[in-house]
Amino acid sequence: MTSLFGENDLWGPLDPTKDAGYGEDRPKRKGFFTDTSICIGCKACEVACKEWNDVPADHFDMLGSSYDNSHSLNANQWRHVAFIEQPTRAEPRQTVDLGMPVRAPSRPPEEEPGEDAEKPDFRWLMSSDVCKHCTHAACLDVCPTGSLFRSEFGTVVVQDDICNGCGYCVAACPYGVIERRRAPEGDKNVGIAQKCTLCYDRLGAGMTPACAQACPTQSIQFGDVDELRERADARVAELHEAGIMDARLYGNDPDDGIGGAGAFFLLLDEPEVYGLPPDPVVTTHDLSRMFHRATTAAAFMLAGAVVSFLGRRR
Amino acid sequence: MAEAHPVGFQWVMEAKARGAKVIHVDPRFTRTSALADSYVPIRAGSDIAFLGGIVNYVLANELDFREYVVNYTNAATLVSEDFQDTDDLDGLFSGYDPETRTYDPTSWQYAGAESEGDEEQDHEMQRETASALQHESHGSGVEAHPPRDETLQDPRCVYQILKRHYARYTPEMVARTCGVSEEQFLEVCQAWTENSTPDRTTALVYSVGWTQHSVGVQYIRTGAILQLLLGNMGRPGGGVMALRGHASIQGSTDIPTLFNLLPGYLPMPNAKDHQSLEQWIEAISQPGSKGFWANASAYAINLLKAYFGEAATSENDFCFDYLPKITGDHGTYSTVLDMIDGKVKGYFLLGQNPAVGSAHGRAQRLGMANLDWLVVRDLFEIESATFWKSSPEVATGEIVPEECRTEVFLLPAASHVEKEGTFTQTQRMLQWRQKAVDPPGDCRSELWFFYHLGRMVKERYADSTDARDVPVQQLAWDYPTHGPHREPSAEAVLKEINGYEVESGRPLSAFTEMKADGSTLGGCWIYTGVFKDGVNQAARRKPAREQSLVAPEWGWAWPANRRLLYNRASADPDGKPWSERKAYVWWDEATGEWTGLDVPDFEKTKPPSYEPPEDADGVAALAGNDPFIMQGDGKGALYVPRGLIDGPMPTHYEPGESPFGNPLYAQQANPTSKVYLRPDNPMNPSPPQHSDVYPYVFTTSRLTEHHTAGGMSRFVARLAELQPEMFIEVSPELARERGLEAGGWATIVTSRSAIEARVLVTDRLTPLKVEGRTVHQVWLPYHWGEGGLVTGDSANDLIGINLDPNVLIQESKVGTCDVRPGRRPTGPALRQLVRDYLEETQR
Repeated sequence: MTSLFGENDLWGPLDPTKDAGYGEDRPKRKGFFTDTSICIGCKACEVACKEWNDVPADHFDMLGSSYDNSHSLNANQWRHVAFIEQPTRAEPRQTVDLGMPVRAPSRPPEEEPGEDAEKPDFRWLMSSDVCKHCTHAACLDVCPTGSLFRSEFGTVVVQDDICNGCGYCVAACPYGVIERRRAPEGDKNVGIAQKCTLCYDRLGAGMTPACAQACPTQSIQFGDVDELRERADARVAELHEAGIMDARLYGNDPDDGIGGAGAFFLLLDEPEVYGLPPDPVVTTHDLSRMFHRATTAAAFMLAGAVVSFLGRRR
Repeated sequence: MAEAHPVGFQWVMEAKARGAKVIHVDPRFTRTSALADSYVPIRAGSDIAFLGGIVNYVLANELDFREYVVNYTNAATLVSEDFQDTDDLDGLFSGYDPETRTYDPTSWQYAGAESEGDEEQDHEMQRETASALQHESHGSGVEAHPPRDETLQDPRCVYQILKRHYARYTPEMVARTCGVSEEQFLEVCQAWTENSTPDRTTALVYSVGWTQHSVGVQYIRTGAILQLLLGNMGRPGGGVMALRGHASIQGSTDIPTLFNLLPGYLPMPNAKDHQSLEQWIEAISQPGSKGFWANASAYAINLLKAYFGEAATSENDFCFDYLPKITGDHGTYSTVLDMIDGKVKGYFLLGQNPAVGSAHGRAQRLGMANLDWLVVRDLFEIESATFWKSSPEVATGEIVPEECRTEVFLLPAASHVEKEGTFTQTQRMLQWRQKAVDPPGDCRSELWFFYHLGRMVKERYADSTDARDVPVQQLAWDYPTHGPHREPSAEAVLKEINGYEVESGRPLSAFTEMKADGSTLGGCWIYTGVFKDGVNQAARRKPAREQSLVAPEWGWAWPANRRLLYNRASADPDGKPWSERKAYVWWDEATGEWTGLDVPDFEKTKPPSYEPPEDADGVAALAGNDPFIMQGDGKGALYVPRGLIDGPMPTHYEPGESPFGNPLYAQQANPTSKVYLRPDNPMNPSPPQHSDVYPYVFTTSRLTEHHTAGGMSRFVARLAELQPEMFIEVSPELARERGLEAGGWATIVTSRSAIEARVLVTDRLTPLKVEGRTVHQVWLPYHWGEGGLVTGDSANDLIGINLDPNVLIQESKVGTCDVRPGRRPTGPALRQLVRDYLEETQR
């Protein structure tokens, strides 16, 4: 490794707050553990988030996608509850729609519900998604203005008044979370990158983020990331013991492609089912290698040029 | 529960985390089903068949909690020889009069009490006045010492009658009637019975949609029978829990907004039968019965003292004559039909939006369009204030804005965070709310509105010499006010509700301190104690972790801060806990009193062995093992000899509108339901009539994202966007059958109206096999109207007025309809479509 970057600066386990230069008296890293196995899809998190952060509500179209009418995480949706209607195992796995033209699979021939033709067991999965507050946050790394910064709580926050709307962060986020606000017209932050701040202002006042505060079933748990990781491990073990072998954690591993998320999840199926990337990697992951290669290439070219000049002299 | 009560559902999730098994029975797969351990789809309207099947399973296999059943219920009581069951009469009980469509319950009585039928009122009048509602906390009014056979072998004992009655509710019959597989049904039976033992209890939780059936009361009764048989009543973790539809609906039953009740479940006096205070009190206390209603005179006189203050004296029967007397059905639906007929001049609507939220929306709107005046108090300009200019009837030409005679006064109301007061929730717990912010602009609290309205009415009549104005003049209406708008003190009102000594002003600490001589007054006897020691007990906020698991210092529950009613039943007949794990209230031999985690629901020093003397009545007649202290015989009622209009035991009847004939009896539907036969309230035909014009079953309910008729959610952007359009949920099978396109439009037609909705095709709805054929059920939310940020048709426009005979609640959770692709016609063509369908049924 080059000495330009510290160990694990760009990926791998890291304490992002220490790395960002906060002193020893910094608070512990804060985050969310979202346990989707007890989410009831009430959307209180979406509403509380919008209320507290004054996020516009301007999307009044029914999507027809189960009970999801807020579409996705975007500039006007910092919490998003996904609803997945899923016959268990009876039909092939659902895949994420990539927006590519496909031929609809033909349904099996009609079956009257006969004596044994019981419906397959059915699952309705609900999951409240949010910015992951990555340990290695690509959005922050690529931000040219310093609008995005690492807070003393280890979270990643946009400063509306510094962002110039360049949009580098939008392309950099491996989850597609951050986005520039496009509407409603006249909003002070139109054109500005927007996403969850983990309620930075509430944390500063010793309060719980609005979504976690509003969650009736404690599906969204807020706390110290270290402690939440332990809690998540225990919960998975408990579910496995109860025979729910599909339960798994997502984003909790400090060795994953983003160095572990500050906001991680317990899922009951593959991440793709929830519209989450299966193995996200921070877009700056290859930065040092790219730098090495580029420098090496440059060195070779330089050497080549030198050689060629040397050759000419002959 | 997760759909309509997401906050309360946290406790279900907590119980599940601690090992509870959650079973969800519902016509459609909801957010509750998603989190339940097992989900059982059921045909809407077949619940008595389902629960009756479980009762049969319990009795046929002798799985009842025998010691509990013999001692604490009326299982051993003998019933009159004259009683004939639905088995004998093909769906009817003895005593039916087809002319009046009512029962004479004389033959239903306990043996030896046949002469005591109901001599006070005729039975048609009982239905008109929803008299069974008055029994909500009264018990069924039976005599104290009926003959019993504790071996349960006598063929006339309740146990054997019940066993015979439910014998035909076999698993096969349940499957055929409800569309449930036998396997799944038996799984529920096993889970329920195995979890109901001395060591374990099972809770039955329902939401109020369960009551909205033509047999709604009997639905709940079936649940209660099952819970009694399994020993789940009066024990921690058991019970039948009604989740109320809004904040403080329990409170508005305790201090009622109902035409036939006064505070504390005192019946509204009847013009014919209650000519004097004495007659009225006797009708409540029922001399000869056991229990606490024997003290009704104190409760009634304290209420009259609270109403009329100094003017109420023993010489003038405490102004009893000033109380209005009811003469028949003054319920909300008959009132609406009377409006249409021009018999009603004015109407107050407070936080209610019947144009969207009540059954038969068209009738509601046509009624409101035929008043002299209408006062609407709400947070937003709801449809019940705009019906004259923008309702569907304006489009059809039935209401012409320029000609509509109703003068509408829309007054802005303060929201619950802008005023103080109490909410009473489903556990009968009062919780005080502080005011968070001042209401904006001209918004005012209901308390402010009524206090000042009353004050001004009194001022208007102050100088009148007309005798009929004396009640208004003498009404006690003196409350301290504060602030620039003269807001009355809500605590002063609560103190009056609690009651106090007239002389000293000392607040009463228990309803047992109430006197029948006028020396005390109190507005609602069951609430006495909420202001004990002059302290607002409802405002207590001691966190759960700082007190016992019963948490008696959070808020205050009526009666007497008791958290679990009839908790004497949590101990065995000897007063010992049924098990260590379920210990709750028990008899302490050493101190000679009842003690435990909760306030014992029993006389504190009456030992378990106590046997009352033969001639005792009232409280003194309760034996040491009579836990159901409000019942006339102290026992939980498996069988109800008196007090119900439609029979002593629940029986499966088909809903008023059904595509099926009754699989169990020749009697198709509830023979006593309250019907309003008029051209503007047609019903869809059921078998044996031609029923396939409306071949599908529909049910309606709420979404988490909206609140009832939408007045508090459709006008708020952050809520409105979560469910922005009216939709219908259909199974993929029905979508194929009817050519419905996902995301497209469908039109839903009944004999009342046709509405349109976006189509949501989902596996959460599943066709069921009933009586050998497939039936499709569809589901509709009912939150939309033409106002607000998101608009749509109202599902309640589809529903007709057909009422449960006991409490006059509408059958709005099941009906039949047709579903067709595409949008509905507009203007007069809409009515034509509805007429065409109706004509088709007559072909």
